[in-house]
Amino acid sequence: MTASRRVPWTLIVFVVLATVPWVGSRYDTFLAAQIVIDALFAVSLNLLLGTTGLVSFGHVAYFGVGAYVCGILMKTYGVPFVLAFPAAGLGAALFALISGYFCVRLIKLYFAMLTLAFSQIVWAIAYKWNDVTGGDQGLPEIPYPNLDWINALPGCGDLRISDKFYLLTLALVAISLAVLHRIVRSPFGRMLTTIRDNPERAAFIGVNVRAYQLAAFVVAGAFAGAAGALYGIFSRGVFADYVFWSKSAEVIIMAILGGMDFFWGPPVGALVIVWLNQKITAYTEYWPFVLGAILLVLLFALPGGIVGGVHALWTRLRGRGRA
Amino acid sequence: MLEIAKLSKSFAGFRAVSEVSLTVATRQIAAVIGPNGAGKSTLFNLISGHLQPDAGTVRLDGRDITGVAPHRICRMGVGRSFQRTNIFPKLTVFENLQAAFLVHHGQGLNFWGRSEPFYREEVAALLASIGLRGQERTLAGTLSYGNQKQLELGLALASDPRILLLDEPTAGMSATETDETIHLLERIAGERELTLLFTEHDMEVVFSIAQKITVLHQGRVIADGAPDAVRDDAEVRRVYLGHGLVRGE
Amino acid sequence: MAPSFLFSQFMGGLTTAMFLFLIASGLSLVFGVMRVINFAHGSFYMLGAYLAWQVMRWVHPSSGGFWLAALTAALGVGLLGVVIERLFFRSLYGREELYQLLFTYALVLILGDAAKYIWGVDQLSVSAPPVLAGSVRMFGTQQPLYSLFIIVLGPLIAFFGWLGLNRTGVGRMVRAAQMDREMLDALGANVRTIYTGMFAFSAFLAGLSGALVTPIESIVPGMDVLIIVQAFIVVVIGGMGSFWGTFWGSVIYGQVLSFGILILPGFSLFSVFALMAVILIVRPWGLFGRPL
Repeated sequence: MTASRRVPWTLIVFVVLATVPWVGSRYDTFLAAQIVIDALFAVSLNLLLGTTGLVSFGHVAYFGVGAYVCGILMKTYGVPFVLAFPAAGLGAALFALISGYFCVRLIKLYFAMLTLAFSQIVWAIAYKWNDVTGGDQGLPEIPYPNLDWINALPGCGDLRISDKFYLLTLALVAISLAVLHRIVRSPFGRMLTTIRDNPERAAFIGVNVRAYQLAAFVVAGAFAGAAGALYGIFSRGVFADYVFWSKSAEVIIMAILGGMDFFWGPPVGALVIVWLNQKITAYTEYWPFVLGAILLVLLFALPGGIVGGVHALWTRLRGRGRA
Repeated sequence: MLEIAKLSKSFAGFRAVSEVSLTVATRQIAAVIGPNGAGKSTLFNLISGHLQPDAGTVRLDGRDITGVAPHRICRMGVGRSFQRTNIFPKLTVFENLQAAFLVHHGQGLNFWGRSEPFYREEVAALLASIGLRGQERTLAGTLSYGNQKQLELGLALASDPRILLLDEPTAGMSATETDETIHLLERIAGERELTLLFTEHDMEVVFSIAQKITVLHQGRVIADGAPDAVRDDAEVRRVYLGHGLVRGE
Repeated sequence: MAPSFLFSQFMGGLTTAMFLFLIASGLSLVFGVMRVINFAHGSFYMLGAYLAWQVMRWVHPSSGGFWLAALTAALGVGLLGVVIERLFFRSLYGREELYQLLFTYALVLILGDAAKYIWGVDQLSVSAPPVLAGSVRMFGTQQPLYSLFIIVLGPLIAFFGWLGLNRTGVGRMVRAAQMDREMLDALGANVRTIYTGMFAFSAFLAGLSGALVTPIESIVPGMDVLIIVQAFIVVVIGGMGSFWGTFWGSVIYGQVLSFGILILPGFSLFSVFALMAVILIVRPWGLFGRPL
C-alpha cells in the first residue's frame, strides 16, 4: 500500500483517446475505435481466462450475439440505440447463461471444446438463417444511432457522425471497463481467483465452484455482447464471419499477448494486435503468418505477455536499485 | 457428532472403502490409521463430499449429508485439509484467508465492494494463532512446505468449523515441525472446542493425542476403540507386523 | 422419395464419412495419447493435398504417378510432424493446455500462409488415376469408382489400425499411454519416442487423406480450417481418443449431413453442430470414449 497519490494513468489514457477525432485523421479515429472495442472484448474474455482460469474457445459467440441483437433491432425493427445496446448485452448474457450452464459442468479441454461447439452453432445459425441474420450476405448498413445531442457539447458541433459515434463508444467502453475492474477487485472477483488457483480447495472453503464459474461466464458474455453491438455499428454491418471460431483464437491471443495476469494486459494486447494488423496488412497480405510468428515468440519467450514482461523487468530493476 | 454407517466405494471393481462404520463424539480427537492404500483418503473424500459413495450414509449431528456437494458440507461446519498441500498458490497469504472469511460470511456474491479492506483484523488474528504472524503479503506458493500446511489449517479454520478433517497433517515434516504442528492442533482444538478426525502415518503422533483410533485395512475396519485396546488388538498387530509402526509399548 | 435417390444420398454420405475417418483418426490418436487438440491437423491435410499436386506436376501423370504422389505427400507431411514435435511441441508438454492449443493454432496460421505463398490462391486440381476414373451402375445410380475406393479404404484402415493397436507391442504401449501416462513411465517405456511416433503417424494420415482428396475436391487456401472443424466434430461425437468411436462418429456425421439436407434444407450445418453440442453435454467423452 503506497500512501502517496498515484498517477491516474487510466484517466490520462482515456482523455488522450478522446482527443483523437480532433488531432488525428479519420483513419486514426477508425483505428482507435477498433482498439477500444477490442480492448473491451479482450478484457471480458480475461475475466474467464486470467481471473477464473476458464479457457473459453468460443467467446466470440457472445460478441456475435450482441452484434446481431443490436443490429437486427436497429436495422430491422428501428429500435433506438439506447434500448438496442442494453438489449445486446442482455441477449448475450442470456445466451451465456444457457450455454454456460452446460459448459461449466465440464473441465479443462472439454470445457474449451463445448464453448467452441456453441460458438460454431451461433456461426451456423448466423450463416444459414437468411430471413433474420441475412445469411452469408450479413446485415449491411446498420444505421448510426441519433447522436445530434452530442452537438450540444462544446467543440463537438462540426464532428462527423463517425467521430461522434467513436466518442460514444469510448465513453461506453470506459464505463464497462470501470465496472469490470470493480468486479475483478470485489469479493466476488476474489472468489473467482480462488477457483482459478485451486477449484478443489475453493469448494472446501465453501465456494460453489460451478455457480461462480457460471456467474463469471454470464458477466463476461454480457460485456462481450456490448463490445459486439458497438462493433456492428462501427463497422457498418454484422456478418457471419465475425462469429467464426478463429476470432475466438484472436481475442485469446490479444489477452495473453498483453498479459492475462493483469487487468490492463488485454487492452495492451488489443492495441498491439490492431495496430500491427493495420501496419502489416498495408504492405503484405501475410498477416496470419505474422500473427502466428508473434504467437510463437509469446509461447516460447514471453509467456507472461507484454505487461507481465514489463512488470517482471520493473520488479527486478527496483530490487537491484535497492540492493 | 459424526456418524458413518456402512460406507462403501469401488473404483473399477476395486473396493477402496468397504462397509466402513465409525462415529466421532463431540470434542473427541479421533484418528484413522492404516497401511498405504487402506482407503483413508478415499474415506475422507467420501465424508467431505468430493466423492459419492456407492452405499452407506454419513450423518452430521444426526443430519444425513451423504453425497452433498463439498461447498455445502463445508458450510455445515466441516473443515478439512488435504494430504498434498492445498492452498491458492498465486494469491497472497492474506488473500487466501480473506477468501475463506468472505465465503463464510456470505460476501462471495458481493460484486461491487472493494475486497481489500475486508476482514483485515480477523486474518491477522488467525495468522497469529496458526503461527504465521505478519506473513500477509507473502505469495502463498512461495511459502515453505511447513508454512503452507499451517496456512491450509488456517483456511480450514476460517470457516469456523465444528469438526475438522485432517488428512496427514504432518506428512513430509521434520520431527521438530511435527511436534510444533501437533501442539498447535491440540491448542486450537481446545480453544475452539473442535472435534478432530485425522489420518496419520506417524504412530507416535497418533498415540500421543488420539482418544479413539479406527484401523483400516484393505478398505475395511479391523479395529475401532480406545488407543490401548487398539494397540493390543491381535489383528492390528498382524497387519502392522514387520512395519515397526506400533511403538511406545 | 425414390430408393435410388436415397441410395445416392447414402453413398454420398458414406464417402464423406470415410474421408473424414481418415483425417479424424489421426486427430483422435494424438488426443488419446498426448491429450492435445491439434488444430494444425487440418493444415497437415492441406499440405498433403498441395504436395501431391506438386509431385504430380513433376512426374508423368500416368496411373502410377498418382500413387507415388500420394505416398510422397504423406511421407513428407509425416516428416514435418517429426520436426515440429521434436523442435517445438516437446517443450510444451506439462504446460497448461491453453499454451498447447495456441501453439497448434500458431501452426495453422503459419502453414496456411506458407502454402498460400508457395502455391498461390488459385484452385488447383488433380485428376483421379485412370484405373479409378470411371463409374459403375448400382441400384439404378452411377457411382464413381473413386468414391467406392474411398469407401473400401476407410474400413480397411480401421481394421488394420485396430489390429495394430491391439496386437502389436507398439500398439499396446500406445494404449497404455492413452490409459495412464504415469503407468507408462513406470513401465519404462520410452514415452518420448511414442509421442514423436504418434505425432508423425497422425501427420502422415492427415497428409495421405489430403493427397487422396485431390481427385474429388479442388485444392484451395482455407481447406485446412474447413476440414479441422469437421474432423473435430467427428471425434467429439465418437469420443476423443477412441479409434472405433472415430469410425462411427464419421459414419454418423456423413449421414446426418447427407440426409439432414433433405429434412432441413439449409440447416444441415446447424444439425451437426447441434449434435456435437448435445453429445458434449450428455456424454462429454463421446459415444465410444472413456471419461478422462
